[in-house]
Amino acid sequence: MILGRLSPAAGRLEVFGRAPLRGNPAIGYVPQRSSFDPEVSMRGRDFVGLGVDGHRWGVRLTGRKRAREASASSIEAVGAVSYADRPLGRLSGGEQQRLLLAQALVGDPRLLLMDEPLSYLDVRNQGAIVQLISQISRRRNLTVVLIAHDVNPLLPYIDHVLFVAAGKVAMGTPAEIITSERLTEIYSTPVEVIKDRRGRTFVVGLEEEASHPHA
Amino acid sequence: MHDAILHLTVNNTSPLPSWNVFDDLAALFHYDFMVHAFEAGTIVAIVAGVIGYFVVLRGSAFAAHALSHIGFAGATGAVVIGIDPVFGLLGFTVVAGAAIGALGSRLRGRDVTIGIVLAWALGLGVLFISLYSGYATEAYALLFGAILGISASDVTVTLVAGVISLACVAALYRPLLFSSVDEELASAKGVPVIALSMAFMVILAVAVTEAVQVVGVLLIFALVVTPAAIAVRFTSRPARAILIGVALALVFTWLGLAIAFYSPHPVSFFITSLAFATYVAVRIAELARSWALRRASA
Repeated sequence: MILGRLSPAAGRLEVFGRAPLRGNPAIGYVPQRSSFDPEVSMRGRDFVGLGVDGHRWGVRLTGRKRAREASASSIEAVGAVSYADRPLGRLSGGEQQRLLLAQALVGDPRLLLMDEPLSYLDVRNQGAIVQLISQISRRRNLTVVLIAHDVNPLLPYIDHVLFVAAGKVAMGTPAEIITSERLTEIYSTPVEVIKDRRGRTFVVGLEEEASHPHA
Repeated sequence: MHDAILHLTVNNTSPLPSWNVFDDLAALFHYDFMVHAFEAGTIVAIVAGVIGYFVVLRGSAFAAHALSHIGFAGATGAVVIGIDPVFGLLGFTVVAGAAIGALGSRLRGRDVTIGIVLAWALGLGVLFISLYSGYATEAYALLFGAILGISASDVTVTLVAGVISLACVAALYRPLLFSSVDEELASAKGVPVIALSMAFMVILAVAVTEAVQVVGVLLIFALVVTPAAIAVRFTSRPARAILIGVALALVFTWLGLAIAFYSPHPVSFFITSLAFATYVAVRIAELARSWALRRASA
């Protein structure tokens, strides 16, 4: 709906004070995906470049330099310089996720929408990607709306949570919402919030299917 | 239109090559049918090389293959009702292309559906051939190509269709590239992905119709898919991959024609064999390199 691809069943929606618009340049988007097909031979750098003007008709005749610089700086910002010239299909899930992020950031958006950016990643990459997103959002003053099944890797970084489960909705700061009582109530299934010795918070006992918070 | 190939294969009198390249080339272009074959072959190779890149990138090689088979039914049907097979070919491939395109750019998993339609289309083709019992040559030319039977007016039609196809690809270039790599993302950016997918399949249908003249329905892969599939093994840059694909398609076609001129065997055999041999050589070279790298690091 924010991207302008669906219209609301009821009510009105405004994005940055205007009606939602398909291809809004103020929004960067990282769709949910398992991974690129191994046969996708295009290099990451060209893929990120498509974030600049891939929606325009024709061949890129003008603005080559600008597009090249924009994609280069975006690739640098996500730390993907070392593999940006390799074919997308041959990269690991974490590397592909970084390039997808670079692609979303290339137009300097004000809002970044990410659909399950952490699924299909191993624990180490999950941590690295979350940290990277958090860094970039603070540095660029960027709002990030992120959908995830598993909240644990995100907990140290998030400002607001919106839980949607079985028709119930809860929104607030993590301190308000991420408690055993609130989550058990929302999910209608026993959920425990644990703090470890280092002060980190963990949510356990979530049923994967039941916990699909939607933006 | 397909008399020349008949003569060549029946008479079996191939000229012998001298060791003088200029004499050989002069002999080659002495005949009008060879000049036309080179002209048409060149146009088709360029178009097939460009479009082949997108076919490979979108993973729709099987759809390209299927289109040509569906076109076969159209072409043989046209012969039965007494019109030029090219119109039947074009009509069937364009309609089928638009239908496949409506499925979206990712055709993986649609193979079964496409295969079912393909088999039925070939069945129809067989029926049409039997209805038109006069000419088995016509069917042979459609299946395996009849580039040596191309007339001057065929060349003009090929040229016009080729220029239009390439102009369309150029106009759609960036969004087509975008939606080929990530349809979901392109759609979120405002690219009309389904319309684009249908437009591409229609362009592909035109290209397939052209390529059928050179290599025939059954051997379409050699010109549309193989050059691009080799090119993407050399480079990950789209523009370069397209150029390499075109260059390879041109070399296969020219060499195939030249060899066939001096031999009793069909042009299609040489074009497909050159494409296949190059692909195999590239894959072996890759294997050897990765083996050498592993040995070096071990």
